[in-house]
Amino acid sequence: MPEVRLMKGNEALAEAAIRAGCDAYFGYPITPQSEVLEYLSREVPKKSNMVVLQAESEIASINMIYGAAGAGKRAMTTSSSPGISLMQEGLSYIASAELPCLVVNVNRGGPGLGTIQPAQGDYFQATKGGGHGDYKLIVLAPSSVQEMADHVRLGFEFADKYRNPVMILSDGAIGQMMEKVELFDQLPRDMVKKPWATTGKAKNRERNIITSLHIDPYDMEKINLRLQEKYKQIMENEVRYQSFQIDDVEYLLVAYGLSARICQKVVEIGREKGIKLGLIRPITLFPFPWNIIRSVSERVKGILDVELNSGQMVEDVRLAVEGRAQVKFYGRMGGVIPSPEEIFENFEKEFLKGEAL
Amino acid sequence: MSENTQLEIEEQNFLEEDICVKENLVFDRTQALTDVEMHYCPGCGHGVAHRIIMEVVDEMGIQDKTIGVAPVGCSVFAYNYMNIDMQEAAHGRASAVATGIKRVLPDKFVFSYQGDGDLAAIGTGETVHTVNRGENILIVFINNAVYGMTSGQMAPTTLEGMVTTTSPYGRDPKIMGYPLKIADLIAPLPGAYYVTRQAVNNAGNVRKAKKAIQKSFEYQKLNKGLCFVEIVSNCPSNWKMTPVESNKFVEEKLFPFYPLGDIKVPKEIK
Ligand SMILES: Cc1ncc(C[n+]2csc(CCOP(=O)(O)OP(=O)(O)O)c2C)c(N)n1
Ligand code: SF4
Repeated sequence: MPEVRLMKGNEALAEAAIRAGCDAYFGYPITPQSEVLEYLSREVPKKSNMVVLQAESEIASINMIYGAAGAGKRAMTTSSSPGISLMQEGLSYIASAELPCLVVNVNRGGPGLGTIQPAQGDYFQATKGGGHGDYKLIVLAPSSVQEMADHVRLGFEFADKYRNPVMILSDGAIGQMMEKVELFDQLPRDMVKKPWATTGKAKNRERNIITSLHIDPYDMEKINLRLQEKYKQIMENEVRYQSFQIDDVEYLLVAYGLSARICQKVVEIGREKGIKLGLIRPITLFPFPWNIIRSVSERVKGILDVELNSGQMVEDVRLAVEGRAQVKFYGRMGGVIPSPEEIFENFEKEFLKGEAL
Repeated sequence: MSENTQLEIEEQNFLEEDICVKENLVFDRTQALTDVEMHYCPGCGHGVAHRIIMEVVDEMGIQDKTIGVAPVGCSVFAYNYMNIDMQEAAHGRASAVATGIKRVLPDKFVFSYQGDGDLAAIGTGETVHTVNRGENILIVFINNAVYGMTSGQMAPTTLEGMVTTTSPYGRDPKIMGYPLKIADLIAPLPGAYYVTRQAVNNAGNVRKAKKAIQKSFEYQKLNKGLCFVEIVSNCPSNWKMTPVESNKFVEEKLFPFYPLGDIKVPKEIK
């Protein structure tokens, strides 16, 4: 029987890190995710020799991850928006050196120091690169405490499978809310063989080098092409999404994470009024579920994308739809969370325009 | 090339062949260095510093247990020369990367190799905190008083009045701040176990610098904490000097401000 507990999202994620066989966690406090570092600092010494270290900054954390991941270990860090901005150079190096690791962004309202309230303003940063150069993170978007735990395990699996950094893009609400969570059993450490890691040059092999420097432009282009090929494979193989009531859908909602939870309620409100609303919730933001959105867009009257930002994912939705349906956007920013009723009203305004219901 | 020099070289070749016979060899290629030509400018201290680290690795028989971290700077390609597992860090972050490695592989020997821009400007935060945590690693700090790789801009270590491309009228501390003695800054931290300032400008100093590196690895083996070996070095290319002139500058200008010797030695061995 799996263990069931009532936990905060951030704590479920921390516990999942231990259970996923994570070898090293490096982090720096920032609201709304400090519980992760606190939980690990409290719980790890009781049961494991996992490395837990409070770094002097997010810049240090991400570069410690680089070192530990390059040494072949499962390494992760967590932070929130301003801290994730500081990590961007490091993430670019990690993506280029193809080091598997897990980075969690418990998104808060921005820009700048912003607010500690939940937001989704970091979608572009997470999915379009964030740092310099052509690279992609695999991005997972949990919408429940259960997924905060499950995505840690999945994230490490993806990271190791593709030798690529993975980001869990959560938000302050999912991180702070308490829900029932079914915890997976403890996995062993060192499950994945990493013959490329810098563990000390054994006599019978060449030296291993972790680097992102390729001074010859033709070599650098080759690396880029290889990375792009990998991202293509990821796009082909790893898309995940959840759909609600899309079989007979006439108006489609697209939303992820916290806004998807709210939109589930919007679907119910609509259905009660006889409007055939449905919802697609991307679980992987990269790779984005282009295909399903494209195919559903062929049979709907309109699409409303809902986010806690000024409209970021909506650009990917429009790319998927390619003009097959009208795509509208509704969002709130700065940490304000719209109610289902508010979203429904805006849906009505955009698409029904006073039509008699 | 004049005919005369041609002749001299030919003569030299002949002599070399004659002398370089097995019985006469007193110096072998360092096994832990790869058999390739280094890209460093003639007379640059980086190559010698690489060699003495790898000699120690050879002599201690720890090639299979040593992981190095290269910085962003002229020695970014250190991994092409050091025949050990290595990671290349972002500019300034080598000691954080080394921390990450050492924490998950505590039984391995870990060192970072960093220039003054890398260690004492952009990476000062990482340097101070890595030392303060007493990470059980070695930091080798190459102080050549300029940014070498980016072609000779002012470094935190640039001397007062010294001309660089970004202090073309000489470093004026009123505007540009004072030269930073980072080794003296970190030495009082309790995490620092052994802090020393060395040089590689002549054979005697090379021997001493090598000894300091060897001691540091011995201390690391005993889990003593952070060892910091500064090497006061040169940058003939960006100082716009010949190698010989640059060595003179090292002795006459750098040593008075960056005096050689131990700054902090372990209490138990004092
Ligand atoms: C974030 C970042 N900023 C700036 C640079 C450019 N850069 C490369 S090396 C370097 C300075 C190197 O000087 P130093 O550390 O003294 O080493 P040296 O080349 O003298 O050995 C700079 C500024 C960079 N690569 N990354
Ligand atoms: S630029 Fe200066 S530090 Fe760099 S290799 Fe040349 S002499 Fe050495």
